[in-house]
Amino acid sequence: MSKFQFPESIASRPVYGTLEPRPGKAHLMIADAEGAEAILELASQDAALMAKTHIIYIPKGTDFSEKLRALKPAQFYEGPSYDASVQRIQKVLGDAHMGLQVYLAGTEGLMGQAMNEAVSAGIPASAIQTEHRGSVARRMQCVHCKGITEDVVTDPFVCSHCGLNLFVRDHYSRRLAAFQGVCIDAEDPGNVPEPVELYK
Amino acid sequence: MSAAPQKAKAGAEKIAVTVSAVVPLNDLVTRFEFKRTDGAEFPPFSAGAHTVVEMQDGDRTRLNPYSLMSDPADRSIYAISVRRDDQGRGGSLFMHQKVKVGDAMTLTYPVNLFSLDLRAKKHVFFAGGIGITPFKAMIAQLEQSNGNWELHYACRTPALGTYADELTNAYPNKVHVYYDDQNQVIPLEDLLDGQPLGTHVYVCGPTGMIDWVHATAAAHGWPSENVHSEEFLAPQPGKPFEVRLCQSDITIQVGEHESLLEAMERCGVDAPFLCRGGACGQCETDVVEAEGDFVHRDHWLDDEDHASGKKIMPCVSRFVGKTLVLDR
Ligand code: FES
Repeated sequence: MSKFQFPESIASRPVYGTLEPRPGKAHLMIADAEGAEAILELASQDAALMAKTHIIYIPKGTDFSEKLRALKPAQFYEGPSYDASVQRIQKVLGDAHMGLQVYLAGTEGLMGQAMNEAVSAGIPASAIQTEHRGSVARRMQCVHCKGITEDVVTDPFVCSHCGLNLFVRDHYSRRLAAFQGVCIDAEDPGNVPEPVELYK
Repeated sequence: MSAAPQKAKAGAEKIAVTVSAVVPLNDLVTRFEFKRTDGAEFPPFSAGAHTVVEMQDGDRTRLNPYSLMSDPADRSIYAISVRRDDQGRGGSLFMHQKVKVGDAMTLTYPVNLFSLDLRAKKHVFFAGGIGITPFKAMIAQLEQSNGNWELHYACRTPALGTYADELTNAYPNKVHVYYDDQNQVIPLEDLLDGQPLGTHVYVCGPTGMIDWVHATAAAHGWPSENVHSEEFLAPQPGKPFEVRLCQSDITIQVGEHESLLEAMERCGVDAPFLCRGGACGQCETDVVEAEGDFVHRDHWLDDEDHASGKKIMPCVSRFVGKTLVLDR
């Protein structure tokens, strides 16, 4: 099952919902990996939706693409990574008009980054729907070197840029679309607890 | 103890002014311009703000909110445009019939419940009749920052098109006027279609028009955050009723032609308010006990609050029934 119930947390931590069809002139759905399942469920609720939908999908090694294509969206784009797809996302948002509905599904890293693009294009954050599916991995920023480490699944973890041992915080930055990682052994270098899987 | 500044009196701070010009614009609308009596500059305001005008009408004090329509960059005057309402409660008639150049009056500091969202990529204004007034100030403000805007203005007839010619001459490509008597209607659906992402719309006019814009925009998939409206409600007359104010420890009578807020003020209770039109939320009052029906008319409380019978907005809402006790 691709759904996960996040534990209650601090106010800065994003909260995700369940996608629902909304009236709109056009629909933009951006998803990665198991996020495809949320789109498949959404499509099953409203047969007319797909004719006005542009799907941007990053499979991340999953095999949902054929199922998404079979929905016959007005446009379908498959990207090898979020970074490779971001130009397309910006172009679609730049050409879009009011009445566009945006749906984001999949990992937190994808939703946070795509949310930023949609907000800077002029859509209020509260009007953008999100649904978490699949991996609970986090996109982390090292507060020391500012480097971003993608797909972090353990706490603590090693910063992929500066090599510090970082503690995974719930403190979230919308601007960076990342959680904050703070050095865990600053006082006592080398005294690093055994990494445990997130939420375990 | 609490460090919050305590205001001496309810309502926004006041400014003593002198009427500097009275300019009839057409059969129904007159502009009033004010200078500060102390000769100083007015406080700056952001477009969309209103002021509450205090009118001394015999022994009756009237307090009516009006949108500031002068240029926010000009701190030497404040101006309002008032539509005469012959069926109204008398505030607009007082302004039209009694107020003369040189009169001393009192205004409140501006309060803005209808501000521009400056993150917008584009601003689209929909005005109906006297609803044009806040847009006069908004247009002046946006012109200074080279803002992207357009106005769609519905009036009854060319003769009653307040500021229609002036605006059309100044901004021929941005101002679109529609006359009822020529069966011209704002093509709302077409106008909502194809606006760039990040467009905000603003509507000021009759209730029907405001509801029409909100409903049509929602059906077109516009986020509610991008649709702004302002409507000041005038208190409506109703059956007189009695209210017990338990903090003040008095029982008062609300007359047919006064609002609950006005009745409290008449009896010397310093009740909070800002807009006096059901929009700002400042006057919200807890109900201690009620036996009867509320006549809620505000835009502030949600349906759940209205149904709960636990809250009332005394500036516009009334009560019909046996007992009403308020925490005031
Ligand atoms: S005074 Fe503004 S809602 Fe009553």
